[in-house]
Amino acid sequence: MSQPLLQIRDLVIEFPTRRALLRAVDQISFDIEAGEVLGVVGESGAGKSLTGAAIIGLLEPPGRIAGGEIIFAGQRIDNLDHDQMRKLRGKRIAMIFQDPLTSLNPLYRVGEQLVETIQTHLPLNNTEARERAIALLDEVGIPAPVTRIDGYPHQFSGGMRQRVVIALALAAEPDLIIADEPTTALDVSVQAQIISLLKNLCKNRGTAVMLITHDMGVIAETADRVAVLYAGQVAEIGKTQDLIKSPKHPYTSGLMSSIPSMESDEDRLIQIPGSMPRLNAIPQGCSFHPRCSKAFGPCTEKRAPLVDVGESRAACWLYAAENGNG
Amino acid sequence: MSDQTAPQIDIVEKGMLARALDSDIFFSFRQSKIVMAAAVVTLIYFSMALFAPWIAPHNPFDLASLDLMDGLTPPAWEEDGVPQFLLGTDDQGRDLLSTIMYGSRISLAVGFASVAFAAILGITLGLISGYFGGFIDTVIMRIADIQLTFPSILIALLIDGTVSGLFPESRREDSAFWVLVLAIGLSFWVQYARTVRSSVLVEKEREYVQAAKLIGLKPLIIMFRHVLPNVLGPVLVIITINLALAVITEATLSFLGVGIPVTQPSLGTMIRIGQDFLFSGEWWITIFPGAALAILVLAVNLLGDWLRDALNPKLR
Amino acid sequence: MAKEVLVEVSSLTRLFDVSKPLLNRIIEREGRQLLRAVDDVSFDIVTGETFALVGESGSGKSTVAKMVVGLLPPTKGSIRIDDIELADKTQKAHMREMRSQIQMIFQDPFASLNPRWRVDKIVAEPIRAFNLEPDDAAIVERVGSLLTMVGLGPSDGRKFPHEFSGGQRQRICIARALASKPEFIVCDEPTSALDVSVQAQILNLMRDLQDEFGLTFLFISHDLSVVRHMATRIGVMYLGRLVEVSPAKMLFKAPKHPYTRMLLDAVPDLEMSGRDRKPVKGEIPNPINPPSGCTFHPRCPLVNDRCRKEIPATIEANNSIVACHAVEEGRLE
Repeated sequence: MSQPLLQIRDLVIEFPTRRALLRAVDQISFDIEAGEVLGVVGESGAGKSLTGAAIIGLLEPPGRIAGGEIIFAGQRIDNLDHDQMRKLRGKRIAMIFQDPLTSLNPLYRVGEQLVETIQTHLPLNNTEARERAIALLDEVGIPAPVTRIDGYPHQFSGGMRQRVVIALALAAEPDLIIADEPTTALDVSVQAQIISLLKNLCKNRGTAVMLITHDMGVIAETADRVAVLYAGQVAEIGKTQDLIKSPKHPYTSGLMSSIPSMESDEDRLIQIPGSMPRLNAIPQGCSFHPRCSKAFGPCTEKRAPLVDVGESRAACWLYAAENGNG
Repeated sequence: MSDQTAPQIDIVEKGMLARALDSDIFFSFRQSKIVMAAAVVTLIYFSMALFAPWIAPHNPFDLASLDLMDGLTPPAWEEDGVPQFLLGTDDQGRDLLSTIMYGSRISLAVGFASVAFAAILGITLGLISGYFGGFIDTVIMRIADIQLTFPSILIALLIDGTVSGLFPESRREDSAFWVLVLAIGLSFWVQYARTVRSSVLVEKEREYVQAAKLIGLKPLIIMFRHVLPNVLGPVLVIITINLALAVITEATLSFLGVGIPVTQPSLGTMIRIGQDFLFSGEWWITIFPGAALAILVLAVNLLGDWLRDALNPKLR
Repeated sequence: MAKEVLVEVSSLTRLFDVSKPLLNRIIEREGRQLLRAVDDVSFDIVTGETFALVGESGSGKSTVAKMVVGLLPPTKGSIRIDDIELADKTQKAHMREMRSQIQMIFQDPFASLNPRWRVDKIVAEPIRAFNLEPDDAAIVERVGSLLTMVGLGPSDGRKFPHEFSGGQRQRICIARALASKPEFIVCDEPTSALDVSVQAQILNLMRDLQDEFGLTFLFISHDLSVVRHMATRIGVMYLGRLVEVSPAKMLFKAPKHPYTRMLLDAVPDLEMSGRDRKPVKGEIPNPINPPSGCTFHPRCPLVNDRCRKEIPATIEANNSIVACHAVEEGRLE
């Protein structure tokens, strides 16, 4: 197999505060292959959005990458300077944010924003760029793109705006799109449309997607593989089907069973006690052990390494011990 | 769950002082040397003003102790200076250092009183306006809008002229202080009212206010118990910055001759007196009170700016 | 079991004035603009059940919730709780008593607790307001037991809200809601701001408390899987109108209204069971200028001319109510 499109190796993101140095992301490693959709799930504060921001170089200070490597298409990108990063951003890695309203400039026509983005990255003249913009709008399913292109963002509905944002992200034919909660702000019925749109577009173009979300449903619909983050670490990573049908890490299985089912009836939901620790109080050993029903000896002492369990990989002593310490 | 939150209990059980010292605001205070210097200067002014009768070398208001022969003595380090009058004297023979101390006392008193007046008036009107809305809101806010179209010094002058005209000539000196407070206070309330109103509009939609409504509490109780404490942050900033402004306004009014009478000079009055002598070489009568005023206003303003940033969650 | 109706909502309507300021209206020669947030909504809630209202943004479900608890006066229609008309100002003594019977749990646990109050003061406020306990010692004890009931400890009362996580705050909100010993609690999206693992805790807690105290819930949510788990009966709202009311099991097994069907199809297939789904089309129209006739007709696969002109009346059929011409005419497959 050829080299993955994106490799993240032991990424550490820290926030210096006056009381302590907080580790929001603690040695995360994963790959994204060209053309695949990797879902990244986790509760708020698990570090999923920070990881996305770090890849595209939009980490807000005082947050900083304190260790590890990000390798994109064979090139290390976590240590690029502003200018080099700017050339990469938008052209080869694009981003879709949660709120379509704030990611479009309300003062410019949709077409102007598209044309500007296209011309920044591709050598096209005005007419060509406009034609391309219309083609893009058509592709993301905006009806009558020839007239809609001259509309302002506020004239578009929420779902239509998110379609425009997707068109913007696709404008320069990037290799990777980081989508941070792209459907959270949308209504249920619109959500389904946007998910399938994103999925189909990326499949047709061979664009890889890092889909950050807290919604397992969205992951199940879209992702090829999933990484589950907990307290800044990868708890489990594997094929979506495997992870949903037979979760390995106790956190993943707890997470899956705490979602009310649409198929079966249960009187009580299975719940994980407690809540995710705050960054300043991450327990020693496996960070999940105080909430874990299967915790035993090593869990309280040492962090579990990520080891192969069947088709997936999980960071849990239940498996690490068997594998002879990974 | 309980084992996770246990370590925080001891923080809670510490007193108010410990919590204040542990807070983010105190931390940002210690981070900036300029702010700390400004705080020290402000504190010196406050204690100077408060304890003037005990620490000032002379009592400039005691006409009996004044000697016209001491008039226009230059500062001690100048040629004709006397160590007795460190910063020299004015034309009446008043010791400048003592006069500045007593003058800051009056300036600060006017400042505090007028800011308190403006704040209470403005906060009350802002709360009413924001919480009840509708017609009453429109009336209060239109008055505020109209007042904003005039410079506040003009309004203060107008009020000062009108009100002091109501007093007989003989009573004017006694009433001057309160007239000033009224004039400055009335010219400043708009800012408080607008700030409080806009915060109230946000807070009253918050769900904790709705929860209070659900219990059936009366609007007045909800306003003062729930809404008011949560809108005071920005008000505190305005109070600090307004204190400096009020001191300047007082000085301006006194400089224009409508403020504090010459017998009990404030900083502004002193600058006005000194102005007559500026070109005849007695520079100290204007320069020292002027510098004192400038330093006081600068220090208070720096504190206000810092407070605004410290209370702004976006800049933290 | 005798089914006693606790809450009776009939022909509830709420308009919002969304006109531009008077001066603009005069210059631009425009009339007033009214938004029909809730339009002719009627339903009953039986004692001890959980009645859920589902719908997307703009469906008016939160507006209904606010009117039912009395935070917002209805434009038209009536709300009767325990046979007392909510809007009837003549029954002041009853009103006070009734106030303690109705409580609400809000969506955002970060905005629903006064940030400057300690938790024990927050929970004690309803107790003090309704004079439910004789003295301070009794209040302290009651607050302690309320906090224990929702899974916190009495010592947590000395803390401020910001020291708690979102789930713990929602527990505090529940403790406050229970403080006045209510019969009826309106829950407005109580878990939509929480993470899934915490959501399960809160939903379980709410069910336990319902069993323990015989509470009646009006449960507002946009999340069908949560509603399916919690509700006894479900009302589906679209653009201010109630389009279908059915017992929970029936709604999910045999949805009638085309909109309900569409909503069910839009739920992500978490079990990856390959369930048969139709793609959803269109978006919710602007509620200021809703479509004529049945407001759902532009997105409806079963639309005909009658749907475009005539607002469908509600029809009752074995335990469920539905407002749809296609159902009435038997055009539904």
